[in-house]
Amino acid sequence: MAHVRLDKISKKFGSHTALINLDLDIADGQFFVLLGPTGAGKTTTLRLIAGLDAPTSGGISIAEQDVSGWSAAERDVALVFQYYSLYPHYTVRQNLEFPLKSKVRRMSQQDIDHRIAKASKTLRIEHLLERKTDRLSGGEMQRVSIGRAIVREPRVFLMDEPLSNLDAKLRELLRSELKDLQMKLGATFLYVTHDQVEAMSMGDQVGVLNQGRIIQVGTPQQIYNQPHDTFVATFVGSPAMNLLQADVRGGRAVVLPGKLELPVDQAAGGRAAKLTGPATLGIRSEDVMVGVNEAVEARVHGVENQGVEKVVTLRVQDCLMKATVPARLELSIDSVVRFSFKQEKLHFFEPGSGNNLFYGEEKRNG
Amino acid sequence: MADIVLRDVEKYFGDNYIIRKLNLEIRHREFVVLLGPSGCGKTTTLRAIAGLEEIDTGDILIDGVPVQALQAADRDIAFVFQLYALYPHLTAYENIAFPLRAMRESAQTIDKRVMDAAKALKIEHLLRKRPGALSGGDLQRVAIGRALVRRPKALLMDEPIGALDAKLREEMRTELKRLHIENEATTVYVTHDQVEAMSMADKIAIMNDGVLQQVGTPTEVYSHPANLFVAQFIGSPIMNVAKGMVRPGEGSTRIILGDNDATLEFPQKLYPMIVNKKHAEDELTLGIRPEGVQVARNQTAGFVAVEAHIIEPLGPFDIVDLKFGKQMMRARTPSGYVEKAGDVVWAKLDETQTHFFSTRTGESLQIQL
Ligand SMILES: Nc1ncnc2c1ncn2[C@@H]1O[C@H](COP(=O)(O)OP(=O)(O)OP(=O)(O)O)[C@@H](O)[C@H]1O
Ligand SMILES: Nc1ncnc2c1ncn2[C@@H]1O[C@H](COP(=O)(O)OP(=O)(O)OP(=O)(O)O)[C@@H](O)[C@H]1O
Ligand SMILES: [Mg+2]
Ligand SMILES: [Mg+2]
Repeated sequence: MAHVRLDKISKKFGSHTALINLDLDIADGQFFVLLGPTGAGKTTTLRLIAGLDAPTSGGISIAEQDVSGWSAAERDVALVFQYYSLYPHYTVRQNLEFPLKSKVRRMSQQDIDHRIAKASKTLRIEHLLERKTDRLSGGEMQRVSIGRAIVREPRVFLMDEPLSNLDAKLRELLRSELKDLQMKLGATFLYVTHDQVEAMSMGDQVGVLNQGRIIQVGTPQQIYNQPHDTFVATFVGSPAMNLLQADVRGGRAVVLPGKLELPVDQAAGGRAAKLTGPATLGIRSEDVMVGVNEAVEARVHGVENQGVEKVVTLRVQDCLMKATVPARLELSIDSVVRFSFKQEKLHFFEPGSGNNLFYGEEKRNG
Repeated sequence: MADIVLRDVEKYFGDNYIIRKLNLEIRHREFVVLLGPSGCGKTTTLRAIAGLEEIDTGDILIDGVPVQALQAADRDIAFVFQLYALYPHLTAYENIAFPLRAMRESAQTIDKRVMDAAKALKIEHLLRKRPGALSGGDLQRVAIGRALVRRPKALLMDEPIGALDAKLREEMRTELKRLHIENEATTVYVTHDQVEAMSMADKIAIMNDGVLQQVGTPTEVYSHPANLFVAQFIGSPIMNVAKGMVRPGEGSTRIILGDNDATLEFPQKLYPMIVNKKHAEDELTLGIRPEGVQVARNQTAGFVAVEAHIIEPLGPFDIVDLKFGKQMMRARTPSGYVEKAGDVVWAKLDETQTHFFSTRTGESLQIQL
């Protein structure tokens, strides 16, 4: 049973505040993904929970017990570092054995061998067991680091971008292996990543962190479809969501008078029909439709080939936006195309604060 | 100027080959991406070019001159390591300035170059911090800065932006590409990110198990993979493959999938093309990307009935696992097009997007319909 709770945690490094009043509630057995840009405070959060660093203020509890005074070893959590922390002069097997050989555990060699065999199979590193770790490739080291955590079978796993150095195929494979492992062990996972595909496919809950503050916590679908503000909207999803400044009135949004206007009376479940005044419109590139019969004229500003798809940058006067189109669509730079937005996929944000006008009010008011 | 040529390069540790008969030409100013699974030899190849790793056989030529005898420091090549090695006691600024101080540049030049690099990498605000106080993504950008300021004739980068978030990575892709065009440095770039490879590379070199599989433009390797490995390594979700037997039909070519799981109709001209390749008609493997599998809700001429097995909603579209008998193929459909698992729909492989491989060798038969 390992419910993890952070209660009003702040962390200062000298004059720099890395975390501000952070509340986090991770249910027992949950796979929680912490997502945020570089420097947001993700690694700092993990280090505090692991007990490698102490918060400036606030409390941390694991399984309803305040662990503030506990050492890292006493907490029974395993941290996989963003940078591999392996013992260089030892073999992979020895590196995996060390955490199991501590006196408190008193595990039999047979049990140890069994755990190592299981973990190395999961991570596809069986063939490396007798190798010294300084002779491993980057991806191999990363998998051995994960192995050091999973052989311990701790009650809480803390993982800091554990798959970032692996190729797409192996990453896809290990994504499901880790998810599987978590379900089998029933362990609580706090998993840090930049990769939103990872966040979407692995997380029960996703927490978005920015500049030391939690902006939104929700299921992957909620984070993707109902972003609380423009930060979450543009951080989650690739390419980033298009944002356009508009004036909304009588069920129409005017971005550029006469050049880029669109109906919004059906948007946000009809609620946008009553909207009046300036608003920031948000639309994902996949919800921008390009075709000969669409409503608005634009020029092609740039084209980026991504295999199955192309991401086209469209330009209307000095307004740029990205659209995802099938790779087979021939589009040359500066040619004229037509596009429109899927109305039901539009988002509306308050221009000053960036807050979503239709989602997340409850949370902000509370 | 820096043309880099690898000629029959081999590297082994004991009985283990790390690189086998590697031949690769990197032209002056080219941006070449090395792509391949974990442990395939990418870092080793870069280290060999940089002179940090000795090779066992073969030649490495820079501008036509064999460089094996040259020390790493004399090759005028800058290296960004996969695991950044920064000096912990120096600030970010001094870390970036370090190679310039070693070259005894003037204080003014040093300051200008450091500030230019910091601006491009968006780390101006971090210059006074030491590595211990920087986040992972910050460290990575400082390491890139240190390589860039030297203006070397060749730049080798090993997963330089892997630790950055998607948004920053997108920005860094553009910045690095712009710097590459400005500095004209020949660049060899290792990544495991296909989007990075597709959008940055002039040429992609794909390796597996120490062996070079294919070199080509992003479009070539995506649209005309040389073998099954490349076909399945590039593209996500991965390309469907299925064994097939080819038979002449009436006005068509028939391909019997798997263990007599389904019979698909292809144009008549396919049969002689396969026979011409002196290829045993029973040893064919078809490859098709999910977007090449066409799906219809109603019975359609030329389509076969299939059952939808799993529907994976991916936001803008769905990936649907279709059962052609026992043979599973994934199709990419508009979101919600196939309603639920268990539904029977109609499917066809778009012949212009179908790839044909030899089952025995894995090589592409180079047939394009
Ligand atoms: N020991 C320290 N001294 C001073 N500042 C620090 C220290 N450790 C972290 N910081 C600062 O705190 C902030 C958060 O750092 P942290 O490593 O938690 O970021 P992160 O979210 O893990 O980023 P990344 O994705 O780049 O790894 C950064 O601005 C960093 O510079
Ligand atoms: N000194 C050595 N002795 C034995 N094997 C070695 C040595 N150095 C590297 N290897 C092995 O050579 C292979 C290739 O390593 P390399 O670092 O080039 O891989 P890579 O393609 O860069 O992989 P990654 O994407 O995981 O970083 C790996 O399997 C590695 O374990
Ligand atoms: Mg970090
Ligand atoms: Mg490597």
